[in-house]
Amino acid sequence: MSKPMPMKGPGGRSGPGGRKINFKVLGRAVKLLFSFYPVLVPIAIFCILFAAGVASVPAIFQQKVLAVIEAYVKTQDVTGAMGEVFSLILILVSLYLVSITLITIQGQLMAYITQGFLCKLRRKMFDGMQNLPIKYFDTNKHGDIMSHYTNDIDTLRQLVSQSLPSLLQAVIVVFSVMFIMLWYSVWMTLVVLVGVIAMFFVAKVIGGGSAKYFIRQQRSVGKTEGFVQEMMNGQKVIKVFCHEEEAKEDFDKINEELYHDGFRAHAYANMMGPINGNIGNILYALIATVGGILLILDVPNLSVSGGALAVSVVVPFLNMTKQFTGNVNQVSQQFNQIAMALAGAERVFALMDQKPETDDGYVTLVNASVSEDGSVSESEIKTGHWAWKHPHSDGTVTYTLLQGDVRMSEVDFGYEEGKTVLHDVSLYAEPGQKVAFVGATGAGKSTITNLINRFYDIADGKIRYDGININKIKKSDLRKSLGIVLQETNLFTGTVMDNIRYGNLDATDEECIAAAKLAGADDFITRMPDGYDTMLTGNGANLSQGQRQLIAIARAAVADPPVMILDEATSSIDTRTEAIVQRGMDKLMEGRTVFVIAHRLSTIMNSDVIMVLDHGRIIERGNHETLLAQKGTYYQLYTGAFELE
Amino acid sequence: MLKRLLQCVREYKTPTILTLIFIVLEAIIECLIPFLTSDLINRFGEDGVEMNSLLKIGLLLVLLAILSLGCGGIAGFTCAKASAGFAKNLRRDLFYKVQDYSFENIDKFSSSSLVTRMTTDVTNVQHAFMMIIRIAVRAPLMLIFSVIMAFYMGGFLAMAFVVVIPVLVFGLLLVARKAMPAFRRVFKKYDRLNESIEENVRAMRVVKGFSREEYEKEKFGIAAEDIRKDFTRAERLVALNSPLMQFCVYFNMIFVLSVGAYLIVRDGGSVLGVGDISAMLTYGMQILMQLMMISMIYVMLTMSGESMKRIVEVLEEVPTLKSPADPVTEVCDGSVDFNNVNFKYSARAKRNSLSDIDLHIKSGMTVGIIGGTGSGKTSFVQLIPRLYDVTEGSVCVGGVDVRKYDVEVLRGSVAMVLQKNLLFSGTIKENLRWGNENATDEEIEEACRLAQAHDFVQSFPEGYDTYIEQGGTNVSGGQKQRLCIARALLKKPKILILDDSTSAVDTKTDAMIRAGFKKFIPETTKIIIAQRIASVQDADMIIVMDNGAISAVGTHEELLSTSEIYREVYEQQTNGGDDDE
Repeated sequence: MSKPMPMKGPGGRSGPGGRKINFKVLGRAVKLLFSFYPVLVPIAIFCILFAAGVASVPAIFQQKVLAVIEAYVKTQDVTGAMGEVFSLILILVSLYLVSITLITIQGQLMAYITQGFLCKLRRKMFDGMQNLPIKYFDTNKHGDIMSHYTNDIDTLRQLVSQSLPSLLQAVIVVFSVMFIMLWYSVWMTLVVLVGVIAMFFVAKVIGGGSAKYFIRQQRSVGKTEGFVQEMMNGQKVIKVFCHEEEAKEDFDKINEELYHDGFRAHAYANMMGPINGNIGNILYALIATVGGILLILDVPNLSVSGGALAVSVVVPFLNMTKQFTGNVNQVSQQFNQIAMALAGAERVFALMDQKPETDDGYVTLVNASVSEDGSVSESEIKTGHWAWKHPHSDGTVTYTLLQGDVRMSEVDFGYEEGKTVLHDVSLYAEPGQKVAFVGATGAGKSTITNLINRFYDIADGKIRYDGININKIKKSDLRKSLGIVLQETNLFTGTVMDNIRYGNLDATDEECIAAAKLAGADDFITRMPDGYDTMLTGNGANLSQGQRQLIAIARAAVADPPVMILDEATSSIDTRTEAIVQRGMDKLMEGRTVFVIAHRLSTIMNSDVIMVLDHGRIIERGNHETLLAQKGTYYQLYTGAFELE
Repeated sequence: MLKRLLQCVREYKTPTILTLIFIVLEAIIECLIPFLTSDLINRFGEDGVEMNSLLKIGLLLVLLAILSLGCGGIAGFTCAKASAGFAKNLRRDLFYKVQDYSFENIDKFSSSSLVTRMTTDVTNVQHAFMMIIRIAVRAPLMLIFSVIMAFYMGGFLAMAFVVVIPVLVFGLLLVARKAMPAFRRVFKKYDRLNESIEENVRAMRVVKGFSREEYEKEKFGIAAEDIRKDFTRAERLVALNSPLMQFCVYFNMIFVLSVGAYLIVRDGGSVLGVGDISAMLTYGMQILMQLMMISMIYVMLTMSGESMKRIVEVLEEVPTLKSPADPVTEVCDGSVDFNNVNFKYSARAKRNSLSDIDLHIKSGMTVGIIGGTGSGKTSFVQLIPRLYDVTEGSVCVGGVDVRKYDVEVLRGSVAMVLQKNLLFSGTIKENLRWGNENATDEEIEEACRLAQAHDFVQSFPEGYDTYIEQGGTNVSGGQKQRLCIARALLKKPKILILDDSTSAVDTKTDAMIRAGFKKFIPETTKIIIAQRIASVQDADMIIVMDNGAISAVGTHEELLSTSEIYREVYEQQTNGGDDDE
């Protein structure tokens, strides 16, 4: 009851009513729960069932105690009455003791099971997610992915820890109480049932209205959030243009809308309680009256027990009525909770069911030693040389030295079927060459690099790496041999050192520092208060964009791959700093095959080959001098007649 | 803190008070109901039933239930109104307050934290408010009333509560006090876990690029297990509430039943009736339920305390910039004077962001500023429209200290295109009118021509009515920059500041924009921060900034010979180009 739930934003809640239970998802969730805890879950269920059973029993004993007293009043047999009363109470006490023990065990178990379930589920989701192709992350909003881990998991926590146990419990109580009621009197039970149906009806009508407005409220909340977000991001622009009053006006409109929808949604929801509670009260009076009438008129009682109606039956019946309506109320409330949680579970399962990235590659990367005659063999220890280990179908294994020779021939590709973004692209990069891509946004520059490391698979054509079709290379090994630095730098929470080491987990501190020096990052890192031990949080929020890029470059440098992909890696570094970084970059690129995408032509002028891309086709290729001499697109870009995005 | 929050109730005082009144009425009625029901039961005498009085009481009971339903319904309605209104006012106050913030205030809060405060935190406080006015009054009231009734009806039987209530209160408090800090810690960890997931999702290309999937799984596994342990510990504490509650319920039942039975038998049913026992049981349940409710409210309030604190933090932040009492309301020309200015962003900063700036710009001049990241270019220009106040010295515009102007007047005359420029969702025209609400279509077109934006706007199918998506994602960076310049031009400013505002514009267009400035707005002082030397080399005055100070001032030719930094940047940007021409 008093469980302090994590407070959810309005996005996580919804009004009662108007939802259906998805039994397929429920079944899967329950099955998962059992598979995680095949012993504990049944024990917990036993505890819940027994405790619920005990909860409905007191009515019987209460009735018995009262019956004994009633009998005493008639016969005045004190000793017999008291003896019977105390033996009854003794049974009650022992039942209660068992019940409390079970409830305690159940509570402790459920806490353990719920958290274990969530933890395992989270890990399953996360592990599955790591194996998903990049496409999933490119096509789903990050906010949506995140909400599976926050909102959806929260609703599941509610489901496992509260909704399911209390539903189970309430259902047991409802059935056993109903049985006891029928045991005593069918007529009065019928009256109770009519009242309960009325309760359901009211819940449906009001719940429906409430659900409608809760959906509207959710929409308004989204709108408000969007507006506030835009305004807060642009707050400085607002100040510069003295636009505060207009912003306030716009806000007032949206805020008023949210108020209206929120007010209506809660008004409906708030009325549920008093209405259902008082239907219970009215029912109480009704049962008392009906009971009285039945007693007076001495109507023949119809009951399972066959016993006659007496005051000692009507009185506990009244209490049972309360218990019954209370639990029915609870069931109807849990219903909505469960429906909501199952919607969340469905989304969680959908994430878990996503098809993982397939990897049929069998060519792996191994340490290699090169003998004097030039033949390559596998080595147990780190040699500084790497080779592709290529097992063939006839059982033989060949080794090819890792050099960084990349060739694409006649490659076609599209992110979506039918929409080709690369047409017939052929190119080659010999070991140690620097290949640059130039072109407008959407021309396909980044797409080419996405294909080389197999973030996406090509539709047609071939890509060979050191003469091996990249489809045959194990993805993780292929990517290990490629270093990438992207425009949008992503750093992780941890120290600067941790972030650099991400490129090569085995790197020593010295190697990391050397890499930072190479990237030109050492200077600013050592000037920070904690140097390499400075904690970075929030994607390096305490660093400038340029500094983040320098760390990303150092991270790629420590991996020491033969092939590097630099996608706008220095775009956020100002020209003056770039001059300094450039030296490091040049050193970094030495002896490696490098693919460069850059906005500033000054960064790529010294490339061995420059490809000018337009709408997914290579329209010009050559080095800086030959391209200028052509007086084509590159020439126009260089002289500033074109704007690059 | 609470006082400041409660100020937001304002026009919703009436529904708030109505809620309280009707809740009290409902509570009273609800307490009367068991009294009546027990009376009802007592009508079931040993010799059958007195039908007349039974019907009377039954009818009364139904009436009371209807009355209680009415009160409860009205209270639910007014409560929804009051709490939704309270939340509305809270949001409004927050938003309005932020509008009064200076840049310094804005820097203090990240924009995403302000968004959370205006949405999630307000919702939390709204729910707490609803809880308070619905339950916080009702629960103690019902508790007291039930206790009184129990003693009145049950006499000695009510002694059970004397034992049970302290046990329950003590137990619940103990659990809450132990569990709450545990939960707070766990939630913090939980937030961090979610942040790290988000980090992972965002950095998926890096993770996959370095083949770090297994490493990430392991890292996540450790964090998830850690949270599981802490969470389990906290939840297990809370799970003690349920058996505690059950214990009290059972204790009460057994006490009432056994002692009640004994009393009836002893007195032969003359003092205590069978109905009294049943009423006692009902009151017992009610009392325990109310205690449970109170402990729930206690927990909820403390949990939303964090949200309250965060909201009040925003509300109580004092805007650091204000127009003076007797402001100057006209800017006479576009001259700018920096008199021995020192500036740092916050009093706590160790180093000045700008030091010893002494510079005088005549009205109508074109001034270029060059310098590396962190050299103080942006800080320098932000002082002109008084986005920040100087720490020492003074900045004068049109010969008058900027602190003497009405802020709105000053900023109306000093147009600044920020480095992090932004368009808002809405049509192009709506965006441009930010510069001047009453601008005619002709004026808008003219400004766009000057900013070299007219041609591309015309090329859109819907021209000036083209809808700009949030964040301006449907126009290119260069187009966005040109629209932002046009927006600033519509102010018809005396001083125009471009903070690296043409970086994504090609050099040719960039040159055309500058040529247009020279030709059409010659009286306007133009201050241009740029990365490209080409953007500033024909300025009347070029300032080279380094490390928060002016390193050199002069024309292009002068600086080539006097400033090493300038020369270095120039050469870096032009090498290669020179070889071929």
